[in-house]
Amino acid sequence: MNNLDKPVIEVKDLSIGYGSRVVMQNLNFSVKNGEIFIILGGSGCGKSTLLKHLIGLYPPFKGDILIHGESIVHAENGRKREIMRSFGVTYQGGALFGSLTVGENISLLLEEYTEMSKDEINKTVTEKLRLVNLDGFQDYMPAELSGGMKKRAGLARAMALNPRLLFFDEPSAGLDPISSAELDRLILNLRKEFGTTMVIVTHELDSIFSIADRVIMLDKEKKGITAEGDPRDLLNNSNNKWVKDFLSRLSLKRD
Amino acid sequence: MSRQRAPQLIEHVGEASIRIGRDCVNMLSFVGELSAGIMEAVKHPRKIRWKETLYYMDMCGSDALPIVMLICFLMGLILGFQAAVQMHKFGTDIFVADLVGLSIIKELGPLMVAMIATGRAGSAFAAEIGTMKVSEEIDAMETMGFVPCRFLIIPKVIAMLLAIPILTIFGDIAGIFGGFVVGSLKLEIPAIAYYNRTVVALTSANFLFGLIKSFVFAFLIAGVGCMRGFEARTDAQGVGRAATSAVVSAIFLVVVADALLTILFSMVGQ
Ligand SMILES: Nc1ncnc2c1ncn2[C@@H]1O[C@H](COP(=O)(O)OP(=O)(O)OP(=O)(O)O)[C@@H](O)[C@H]1O
Ligand SMILES: [Mg+2]
Repeated sequence: MNNLDKPVIEVKDLSIGYGSRVVMQNLNFSVKNGEIFIILGGSGCGKSTLLKHLIGLYPPFKGDILIHGESIVHAENGRKREIMRSFGVTYQGGALFGSLTVGENISLLLEEYTEMSKDEINKTVTEKLRLVNLDGFQDYMPAELSGGMKKRAGLARAMALNPRLLFFDEPSAGLDPISSAELDRLILNLRKEFGTTMVIVTHELDSIFSIADRVIMLDKEKKGITAEGDPRDLLNNSNNKWVKDFLSRLSLKRD
Repeated sequence: MSRQRAPQLIEHVGEASIRIGRDCVNMLSFVGELSAGIMEAVKHPRKIRWKETLYYMDMCGSDALPIVMLICFLMGLILGFQAAVQMHKFGTDIFVADLVGLSIIKELGPLMVAMIATGRAGSAFAAEIGTMKVSEEIDAMETMGFVPCRFLIIPKVIAMLLAIPILTIFGDIAGIFGGFVVGSLKLEIPAIAYYNRTVVALTSANFLFGLIKSFVFAFLIAGVGCMRGFEARTDAQGVGRAATSAVVSAIFLVVVADALLTILFSMVGQ
């Protein structure tokens, strides 16, 4: 039980950026097991940057990131790769491997990391593609898919090894409202069935209230977190005008 | 004006030196990583991505064959013509066979193939990897726990190491044939005489040294192409610049390596 209460991700005193430019500093937050955690903020404020540091792609200037209690910042290369393998990531543009078909993109992971037979692999690929509504697209090349389809195929790939932790960079940007709502349902389903923890960067205000357990809002000027908590609480009780505006634009649109 | 220019000059020279120094350090660490990758591949040949390797062999090898044959043939022809004029003055027409054969096998064959491979494969490698970087494919690869070196570099390097020497052999043959055409048509040397002279002139050691050169060139072109791709900045111009820089660096490295190898070979007596 103790293990379940322990946060999946702990961020301690994190400062990140590029070259000598600081994008965010002194971030502290944690993501609990089974939580749907959303990172919000204006365009260009550093959401993708934060996500890329969380998944260990770039070394931070300062601070530490613990995934299941283990530092991904200080892990040596081989161990770091193992930690990275334990979670799934979907990228803003899908990031499918262009030289492989959609099916091969997904089966690559299964071939490398599992002992599955060819049949089992094919079955899993079909199943994952069905989850994201792409049945029958195994043999397409990524270049033959639309932007939204690439994203969904990327999600199928991220789920290939049934990770307990998923990161999404703007999963619903570029999807039509119906696919976007379906994606939200898929995210909620994953959590219900597998208890998957999810960290999501999104602009899509619509999704926030329907799926988020907790949000953090990043501020470009402050280079840090301006608000943290349940989105409904923030909307009703926050005394920060910017936070209220950001969240209420959705409510206005909805009413 | 001039007072301002002097510090600027120093500044520029300093900056350029730092940049070149950093480039050399990067290159060294890349070579280290690549060597480790190749060792790993040699130890576990089953883990090599053969499908990709075959694809790149096709791209760098068979697809380049016609242009390699044509250019080497023309090189042989040009050399033959130039030599024929001079040799004819001294009545030593038959030595055109020596000159063309040796120049092609020891120098021009490997070099011309390397130049063509640089333009075709080196720039393509850089552009491909650069584009993958822009579209976050490299990031995805890393978070999937794959070592990009194994997936992206090793297949290309192996393909080049296999394809370029073979291309060089074909280029050598085409070049010698170019000289032969001049010999028979312009100098009217009997075909069998030209052939015999060529066989006498070309030792297997010469041939081997040409092949060693082409191995080294293949390694340099593939390596620097991939390296420039990884260094590409993630914007639209970045990919183009990476490709250009891959070509320029590869040509430079190939020529330097050629000079060093030629000196080395001449020291061991060839
Ligand atoms: N590779 C990079 N090198 C240098 N600076 C970068 C790089 N990528 C992003 N930046 C800068 O970092 C800042 C944050 O960028 P980031 O991509 O994290 O924004 P974002 O919040 O994800 O925006 P969006 O919602 O538009 O995707 C931006 O100001 C950008 O200029
Ligand atoms: Mg972003």
